[in-house]
Amino acid sequence: MTDTTQKAALSRPPIITLSNAMPWIVATVFLALMPVIFPSNSAITIMNQMAITIIFALAYNMLLGQGGMLSFGHAVYMGVGGFVCVHVMNYVEDFGVPLPLPVLPLFGGLFGMGLALIVGSFSTRKAGTVFAMISLGVGELIAACSVIIVAFFGGEEGISGDRTYGLPVFGVEFLQQIDVYYLIAFWLLLSALLMYLFSRTPIGRMANAVRDNPERAEFLGYSARWVRFYSFVASGFFAGIAGGLFAINYEIVTEENLNLAQSGTILLITFLGGVGFFFGPILGAILFTLLQTVLSLQTELWALYLGALFVVTVMFFPGGLAGLIMMHTMPLKFGKLGSLVGPYLKTLVPGAIGILGLAAALEIVFHLRHAALGDSEMTLFWTTFDSHSVAPLAIAVIAAVGGFWLAKRAAPGMAEAYHAANTPRGGSV
Amino acid sequence: MDLILVNLIDGLVTGLLLFMLSAGLTLIFSMMGVLNFAHASFYMLGAYFAYQISLFLGFWVGLLVAPIIVGVAGAGVERYGLRRVHQYGHVPELIFTFGLALLIEEVVQFIWGKSQMAYEIPEVLEFTAFAIAGNSIPAYKIFMIFMSVAIFIVLLYVLTRTRVGMIIQAALSYPKTVEALGHNVPLVFMGVFGVGTALAGVAGVIAGPVLGTFPGMAIVLGSIVFVTIVIGGLGSLWGALVASLLIGWITTFAKSYNIEMANILTGIGISPPENMSESMFRDLWTVTSPQIADILPYILMVLILVFRPYGLFGKRDA
Repeated sequence: MTDTTQKAALSRPPIITLSNAMPWIVATVFLALMPVIFPSNSAITIMNQMAITIIFALAYNMLLGQGGMLSFGHAVYMGVGGFVCVHVMNYVEDFGVPLPLPVLPLFGGLFGMGLALIVGSFSTRKAGTVFAMISLGVGELIAACSVIIVAFFGGEEGISGDRTYGLPVFGVEFLQQIDVYYLIAFWLLLSALLMYLFSRTPIGRMANAVRDNPERAEFLGYSARWVRFYSFVASGFFAGIAGGLFAINYEIVTEENLNLAQSGTILLITFLGGVGFFFGPILGAILFTLLQTVLSLQTELWALYLGALFVVTVMFFPGGLAGLIMMHTMPLKFGKLGSLVGPYLKTLVPGAIGILGLAAALEIVFHLRHAALGDSEMTLFWTTFDSHSVAPLAIAVIAAVGGFWLAKRAAPGMAEAYHAANTPRGGSV
Repeated sequence: MDLILVNLIDGLVTGLLLFMLSAGLTLIFSMMGVLNFAHASFYMLGAYFAYQISLFLGFWVGLLVAPIIVGVAGAGVERYGLRRVHQYGHVPELIFTFGLALLIEEVVQFIWGKSQMAYEIPEVLEFTAFAIAGNSIPAYKIFMIFMSVAIFIVLLYVLTRTRVGMIIQAALSYPKTVEALGHNVPLVFMGVFGVGTALAGVAGVIAGPVLGTFPGMAIVLGSIVFVTIVIGGLGSLWGALVASLLIGWITTFAKSYNIEMANILTGIGISPPENMSESMFRDLWTVTSPQIADILPYILMVLILVFRPYGLFGKRDA
């Protein structure tokens, strides 16, 4: 026993290998090049929003995915971090303290961590339902306080600041969105790396153990409560950093940044992306921000679609998007990924048609019921028609029913193809 | 003295309304171990269904039919949604009900729009029952009290005195044994979920005309209901009753007596800061009790959780 461990210790591979570092190098290059590829102001605004959401979602997943703690009030830590940052911003401007802007998110992080220390001291005693309820209660409490304690939270209009205070840092004044983008990108890389490394430390590993089987972890001599507490505090820190970046980017923080709706949104983002893998929340944040910007411009019903998508994900794909992608590592290993394309197309194309048909039907009905009187013209999928006539609705319903029927018929074939692709060539598992 | 009596009645109405929601929630929790985040959404559905029915058939038919529809919908959610998610564990169950709450709110907005519905109390009950020193008590409030008390008595009777209640209670503690005795435990679960949501539906039907029927009504009451059952102790019916009444009375009294923080602070010998508008604690000095009435339940919950983590009536091993 000792022999093997010693041997293992001696022949341990170097901690940083090229394959380990590769994703981070790619991410760095990618982040550096994105503003070159999409130089427009609106694109950079979206990317800033995305990067902040990624940090927040990763911090949230430290709780939900890695620690098994479901929080309904995590926006509080981000919001408080943001408020503190705006206050520091204003304070520095008024009193002329030489504090460069790039280190500002650190204050957000520290205050987020401080709040997490206080709340975590009693909320991490239990996981599961009790933890969820306490997080909800504390979240509501602080959100409600934000309209009462005006000195700190600024009431309903919030607190605003000016990020271009003080001296330029290496000649950068942060007047332009692009400067802020690189600042956020730097913090994104740093926090994502730190959070990843945290998940590799013994305490991060123990968080997984406590999530899966707290009793066994206790028998091994670890206090489940303290393990949860450390994860919670670390998560609060990174949420606070996200809040600080939010404050720098938007220069205003309001009650909306820490209320229950915001906490719900981050749960939705993280779960849609997938809680089982480190990159899941990143996917979720990117996808959600894109959906939000694109869909909310196109339709008033986007929250309905989002809610439906969320419920369907919880019911049928608990692994989220990342889980779906990782389901295909075995077929890739066996070199059978190509054999899946046909069956997938056969099911997913009719399914997509069915979904679009259903959405069209919903849109038409919604327009019929809620549009202003006399306004009977609507545009859907680049065609304009009269929403009061029967034909468009009939087409939409037929597309929906037909699409779903075809998809349902092809589904067993797809499942069979998937199983076949998961067995190595020339034999069973 | 008269004002105290009026406030007692008002608080009782709020508390009993809360209890109708929290009773179903706590029953579902103690049976299936899942907190139904969408519980207040069923309350909202009750109000909307009753409104829609009352347009055609009047209030009383709505009171009778809407809870049944809500209960059937709840049972359907348990059968086709929760039972499927159950295999993944408690946290996904909670996430599922959370998603359901979002979805129901959006669906309600899709069908009825965002504005408040003109759901009114029936004309039969639109009179003053009696007056206490000039403060008139509407008959509808008395009706609400009677409805909730009647439902509570029926619930208590069914749970403790009938065969069905015995099976439910047994299935709460020993589902495996009850199943081995030949009872259909999943069906019992579905039934309890249905009845629990139907109770929330009843609360919606009778609260809709008073508190307003609008898409935000679930959120307004939702988290207070959770706070209630956490304070009362998860899974305890008596705890839910006590906590509901406690919260009802605390918020009502805090709203009607304007207690100012400044008076308390000067009372214990702290003098107000020289320059109020510049002071860091200016908000502490200007706080009044009606202002913080709505967050008192949350403060109470945090205190309870710190000093008595299992709630007022919770079991130690909850």
